[in-house]
Amino acid sequence: MKNRKAAISDKAGEMKIAKTNPLITTKRLLNIILKEYKFYLFFVVIAIVLSSLANLSGILFLRVLFDDYITPLLNKTETSFVPLLKGILTLAFIYYSGVLFTYIYNRMMMKVSQGTLKKIRDDMFTHMQTLPIKFFDTHAHGNIMSLYTNDTDTLREMISQSLPQLLASIITIISVFVSMIVMNIPLTIVEILMIILMTMVTKKVAGKSGKHFMEQQKNLGILNGYIEEMMEGQKVVKVFNYEEESKERFVQLNNNLRQSAYHANKFANSLMPILGNIGYLNFVLVAVVGSLLAINDVSGFTLGGIAAFLQLSRNLNGTVGQISNQINAVIMALAGAERIFILMDEEPETDDGYVKLVNAKIQDNGEIKEVPERTGVWAWKHPHNDGRVSYKQMLGEVVFDNVDFGYSEEKTVLHNISLYAKQGQKIAFVGATGAGKTTITNLINRFYDIQDGKIKYDDININKIKKADLRKSLGIVLQDTHLFTGTVADNIRYGKLDATEEEVVAAAKLANADMFIRHLPEGYQTMITGDGGNLSQGQRQLLAIARAAIADPPVLILDEATSSIDTRTEKIVQEGMDKLMEGRTVFVIAHRLSTVKNSDVIMVLEQGRVIERGSHKELIEKKGKYHQLYTGAFELS
Amino acid sequence: MIKKIAGYVGEYKKAAILSPVFIILEVIADIIIPYLMANMIDIGVGMGDMEYVYKSGLIMVGVSMLALIFGVLSGRYAARASSGFAGNLRKGIYYNIQEFSFANMDKYSTSGLITRLTTDVTNVQNAFQMIIRVAVRAPIMLVAAMIMSFYISRQAALIFLGTIAFLGFALYSIIMHAHPNFVKVFEKYDILNASVQENLTGIRFVKAYVREEHEVKKFKKASEVIYQYFLKALNYVILNAPVMQFAMYTTVLLLSWLGAKQIVSDTMTTGQLMTLFTYSSIILNSLMMLSMIFVMMIIARPAMERIGEVLVEKSDLTNRENPVYEVKDGSIVFEHVNFSYAGKEDNLNLENVNLTIRSGETIGIIGGTGSAKTTLVQLIPRLYDVTGGSVKIGGVDVRDYDLKTLRDQVSMVLQKNVLFSGTIKENLRWGNKYASEEEIIEACKLAQASEFIDTFPQKYDTYIEQGGTNVSGGQKQRLTIARALLKKPKILIMDDSTSAVDTKTDALIQKALKESIPNTTKIIIAQRISSVQEADKIIVLDDGRVHGFGTHEELLKNNDIYKEVFESQVKGADTDEE
Repeated sequence: MKNRKAAISDKAGEMKIAKTNPLITTKRLLNIILKEYKFYLFFVVIAIVLSSLANLSGILFLRVLFDDYITPLLNKTETSFVPLLKGILTLAFIYYSGVLFTYIYNRMMMKVSQGTLKKIRDDMFTHMQTLPIKFFDTHAHGNIMSLYTNDTDTLREMISQSLPQLLASIITIISVFVSMIVMNIPLTIVEILMIILMTMVTKKVAGKSGKHFMEQQKNLGILNGYIEEMMEGQKVVKVFNYEEESKERFVQLNNNLRQSAYHANKFANSLMPILGNIGYLNFVLVAVVGSLLAINDVSGFTLGGIAAFLQLSRNLNGTVGQISNQINAVIMALAGAERIFILMDEEPETDDGYVKLVNAKIQDNGEIKEVPERTGVWAWKHPHNDGRVSYKQMLGEVVFDNVDFGYSEEKTVLHNISLYAKQGQKIAFVGATGAGKTTITNLINRFYDIQDGKIKYDDININKIKKADLRKSLGIVLQDTHLFTGTVADNIRYGKLDATEEEVVAAAKLANADMFIRHLPEGYQTMITGDGGNLSQGQRQLLAIARAAIADPPVLILDEATSSIDTRTEKIVQEGMDKLMEGRTVFVIAHRLSTVKNSDVIMVLEQGRVIERGSHKELIEKKGKYHQLYTGAFELS
Repeated sequence: MIKKIAGYVGEYKKAAILSPVFIILEVIADIIIPYLMANMIDIGVGMGDMEYVYKSGLIMVGVSMLALIFGVLSGRYAARASSGFAGNLRKGIYYNIQEFSFANMDKYSTSGLITRLTTDVTNVQNAFQMIIRVAVRAPIMLVAAMIMSFYISRQAALIFLGTIAFLGFALYSIIMHAHPNFVKVFEKYDILNASVQENLTGIRFVKAYVREEHEVKKFKKASEVIYQYFLKALNYVILNAPVMQFAMYTTVLLLSWLGAKQIVSDTMTTGQLMTLFTYSSIILNSLMMLSMIFVMMIIARPAMERIGEVLVEKSDLTNRENPVYEVKDGSIVFEHVNFSYAGKEDNLNLENVNLTIRSGETIGIIGGTGSAKTTLVQLIPRLYDVTGGSVKIGGVDVRDYDLKTLRDQVSMVLQKNVLFSGTIKENLRWGNKYASEEEIIEACKLAQASEFIDTFPQKYDTYIEQGGTNVSGGQKQRLTIARALLKKPKILIMDDSTSAVDTKTDALIQKALKESIPNTTKIIIAQRISSVQEADKIIVLDDGRVHGFGTHEELLKNNDIYKEVFESQVKGADTDEE
């Protein structure tokens, strides 16, 4: 069974690699943003354009400042400072509107990014709820969790920071280029050559550091795995005096990580100084070429022109540097987005069922009538092809007819299982770990679908029943009781969300849980946190029984429900369980044969097959496997 | 705390110092360049002196090359120092955890320790690199640029001072307003993550009770809260960019006015004005960087605190001076033992336990959940220290032994046992690194494990997955017993170690242990009477007290708890199956 999991997750891994396509991911992400925020984005783009233009006009003002204001003042062709003041005031107006637009687009982007993230998170969770149990079996919880934490975080960085910055950068670059071309073409060519050089260097350095960053992530993963394993087993380490050995391997893995982190950062850190100094080189070149042009009086190039061009060039270099800084963030965010999309593309659980569970009333003439209110009687509502609707009272009879099942096509784990559970009967499964007991119960509520044979519920093929309705009619109590954060009452109410306070107490009383709940600091309102760590195993079990009781299902599945409780505590739990089982069809898987003894039918499973079946008495007399299991200890002693 | 953590820079101190030194050199070059630019424009371009343009251009390229070299070197040393520091820190934490006693371990959750070793260290590493690179650069750039501007024009320097004051105040108040909101955002984040985690572990219940929509509703509510808090925090953060722009633009406007006036009155040159523009952007950038460091520190602080917590945690179980290095025999004596996990006399988990166990005896322990069975046996290999009284092995108080010696002689199979990724052989060698092939097979025979190992295609070289997930519960238990046996201990403790093994195999294990290692004291905690009824003596525990201590027959006669358990299990003809 474990190999099966490994095989599937390997396949999933391959899929992830095959699907990688940053363009498609980007497009899909943009679509999500556009769908909700088209209007916003439109104004964001306008605001960014205006804000960039304001910034640009400031740079261009330099030329005007030198050529149109300062030079005439110097040459005494103009004596008043009023035109200068006017010019500066005009620029001030442009500048401060730029500030306003910057604020506007930042504010709008905040809504867009947070709203998009919320949407992605909500969609991801909503979709996750529709996925089949198989998905949760084959994906490590840690990996799923990291979609909600790491991947969403990097996405937040990208949408709220990188995206507007990149947009602004592109607009800056375009407008700067246009201005440059207008000002002077030869200098623009110098500029373009330098930009090409910068891009090439960036690509080279970023590529090197990227390679080491991948290495670093890999080493980090290995180290994390080791740490996780050793921390889980820390007590064993202590008991076996294994500290030194555990350190040895740690040091080795830690060194690997340190090495790759060093190389990755070494390259990443050198990018900025390299780009900065190419910028200076660029400056010198422009100054030299510009001076030559000005001195030789080519195309009326002026001092102000050079000053403004130099400023433009600095601006351009800075922008290119900024883009290269954002690239890593974008790549990481796209990788995260892709993982999120893979989850969203997982096939949801299919449900072709059309038979529904409804509240019903049995009329005097024996006919079943659907009613809106809860009556304690349920019926299966069965629509037919010809538009006719028939009703059948829900009794809780379950029939397996030659059922075969395997988690994967190749390996069948259940063979030819047939069983007949009448209303109110107790059916027990016994057998070794891995014999297939739990698997059978997982087929009844359709956590998994069978490969061959038939399962019928009240004579209806369970494939025809809507999954939600099927599951509502089945109550389960498992060995590991899972409690949710909330009050004790909330947890019991999980079985029936609209249950009144009286119903909650009644269910707790039925399960023998009322006593201990009343002794809790705040009774039914006591908060349960961290999966009920503050309750004992027995208490948790009692709550699980109460939860099943309030749901009041006709069929119950008890999977090792009492096995982690000691014999003395079990007595109390057992009493609650017995009350719960009254009048219901019950499937029970138990560790202790005493729990199983009074079942109507006991099925002994071995390697996915039923090898013996019958009542306790019959099986003991048969002197087969059951007899051996049951009496083994005494033969030996 | 910071001092303690900073100590882990260790052998990377050189790199940690060299990096800022090179940064200072780089900054000096960076500051000279705009000055050179000014001259180039004023004298070279302005006067049409091409020779000067070439000359100063060459000098500029030279200085820029130096700046490049210094920059790359400082980046390299910063990378070395920060990755080395992080490595040392991880090692420090990990080593210290290895020294933890069980009591220390109980204080931290496994996931908490993992987070400290991974995410927290990474956060500190990033902050550290940031600090040695930027925390030096920014103030120096700021001061140097200020000095140069002052040199060029006092009035301009005054404008800059005004800008610095304005921005410093504005950025500070933005951070101060945003920070508490971010703290709340992260709290809410934790809640959201916890609910996803809960949903994942409980997915079978969610599906079985058809509560998918209910869960989605819960999630959306939590997600909406985060959205709202985020907007609140970001409301301040989005002021950052416009405020910066405002300061920058205002400076440019004032400089233009001032510059024009001074150029006309011949107290400033065109090149100098250009340089002042450059310095103004350097100053603003430095301020921005300083505010980033500030934010980084705020993020890294809780991580540092969590790391520090583990680093200062000291084990309370230490060797006394001149410890005993030899365990004479496997006799065990409990004398008036009191024990409390909390270390409080008024909240005892074990109360006045008195027991005498002879070397080589087999002792069973029976008792309900919470009766302190595990607690009792954990005192024998000194996994915890007694709160009162004493535990003696071979006539010597366990606190007087060398810890390693003691634990080598007391082998314990834990209730929550773990196998590690690696082959079966490697796992078994935890018990004895130098165990021969024969010894390993022998131990597996005793533990009734050889039978199933032989059915594996790769036998003893079969690879065990992390946590031993590819063997069944019963197989895992038998492997852990074999591992404990390989130690050849004087005392063997099995804490409910055969619960997943079928009755027959369980009995075979008991029998093999009795016959093959008769001189080893065997202590067996069990749920089933059948597992212990053959023992020389049985301890019945109830609520932290010894309720009975005697043979099976004696206890059946005079111990009501034992009788009750026996009846529920045996008279009801109940045994267990695997």
